[in-house]
Amino acid sequence: MSEKMKLGKVISNGIVTENPTFRLVLGTCPTLAVTTSAINGLGMGAAATFVLICSNLVISLLRNFIPDKVRIPAFIVVICTFVTMVQLLMQAFIPSLYDALGIFIPLIVVNCIILARAEAFASKNGPVASACDGLGMGIGFTVALVILGSIRELIGNGSIFGMNVLGASYEPMLLIVLASGGFLTYGLMLGLFNLIVKKSEDKKKRKEAEAA
Amino acid sequence: MNLRISTAPHIHHPVTTQRLMIYVLLALLPTTAVGIYAFGLPALMLLAISCVTAVLSEFLWQKIAKKRVLISDCSALVTGLILGLNLPANAPWWLAVIGSAFAVLLVKQLFGGLGDNFLNPAMAARAVLLASWPVHMTSFVLPTFFSGADAVTGATPLATKSAQLMDLFMGNIPGTIGEVSKVAILLGLLILLFTRTITWHIPFTMVASVFVFSWLFGADPVYAILSGGVLFGAVFMATDYVTNPMTASGKMIYAAGIGLIIAVIRQFGAYPEGVTYGILLMNIATPLIDRFLPQKIYGRQKEVKKA
Repeated sequence: MSEKMKLGKVISNGIVTENPTFRLVLGTCPTLAVTTSAINGLGMGAAATFVLICSNLVISLLRNFIPDKVRIPAFIVVICTFVTMVQLLMQAFIPSLYDALGIFIPLIVVNCIILARAEAFASKNGPVASACDGLGMGIGFTVALVILGSIRELIGNGSIFGMNVLGASYEPMLLIVLASGGFLTYGLMLGLFNLIVKKSEDKKKRKEAEAA
Repeated sequence: MNLRISTAPHIHHPVTTQRLMIYVLLALLPTTAVGIYAFGLPALMLLAISCVTAVLSEFLWQKIAKKRVLISDCSALVTGLILGLNLPANAPWWLAVIGSAFAVLLVKQLFGGLGDNFLNPAMAARAVLLASWPVHMTSFVLPTFFSGADAVTGATPLATKSAQLMDLFMGNIPGTIGEVSKVAILLGLLILLFTRTITWHIPFTMVASVFVFSWLFGADPVYAILSGGVLFGAVFMATDYVTNPMTASGKMIYAAGIGLIIAVIRQFGAYPEGVTYGILLMNIATPLIDRFLPQKIYGRQKEVKKA
């Protein structure tokens, strides 16, 4: 297998097979909290993707210098640096999104996806593969947040990305943008994702059985 | 130990799910009739829509999921009817559709169908509607047949605390279709007790608990049990087979808990009514109660503690 194929697989792994939100069920706290609208989901996803790529890259470069015993604090220091950068950049250039996401931007520091990828991937692989892993995971997280945000915004507000879709006579279902609606939507999406994965695996097995 | 399983014929008990559900429908009949009589055509329409949606959702789900179609056990019909009775008579039609579909599909079928739902479907759907469209769910009309006027909207007597006790009892108050007439609900209770569909434990303990705790918290206890959905909830919704404890003592703890939560929400909470949340919260506590008060197994003695 060529190096390029492998990198492509690392990226697609994060988007589909090990989607952090729908398959690994990591980072659920920001997922539930910020997906009240599609744009919030996109902003959160983009911020987390940036931090993921940068922190994976730096941790991978430093992986031979960080003593094993203090690796978690060392990872956190690296992650904090990039989160602070994102926070200051967003505050300066997109203040409306910064206000909407609020406390959840600094909380990217403790987002378990980022720490999990640092621990499970970046500390064991080279910098290029690690950056690709960060990119894949980040895209997977972003896609999941945008899907959840779009569904919740559509039902709870009648719009997607702030554009009114369902007309003025639509009476929004307030529950969906509340916390309980977040759990509800997330649970249903998880179930749907599992169903699709199971169906495709069954198909694969049947094909193999037929071939044999 | 050698366990032996005998072959047929077994003694067959005539009580089936369908029969129990028909008893419940029978018990709901007086309440439904008074509701339609009191609120007129809009109430009839709402009840019909919610019943049809509930049965149709169950049918379609079981078809799509390739399960046995069990709509003839009438449980979806009961859910739809109870949900409809929980709506204000002037609620828009789509509220009944969404509520019934939510109750049957999300609360019941997604958890595995009848017997596996951990919440009372109608109750959970009502909570969802209340949180989503609070204005539609809390604008009540006064029953038209007492006043003769077309439709007069009013706040629930829980909020105003101004109704006469006799009006509360007979049903001349604004409220949901099913909860207004206490006479009809009591008639339903008699039917349920007489057919042995339910035992006395839950309804009586729950009403007594609301009475006692309202009195302790400084409210008028008689007004407390006659207003809002206490009686309707105690007779028809807290007694749902699936979501209450198995043992008699468990049932009484469950019902007392509902009463306490209702009194607390009414006296100290932001909402005027707490029956929905009381029942749902104790539904969730039911597995816990069952674990601490398990059923005694026939023929087995308590283990003797070693000294």
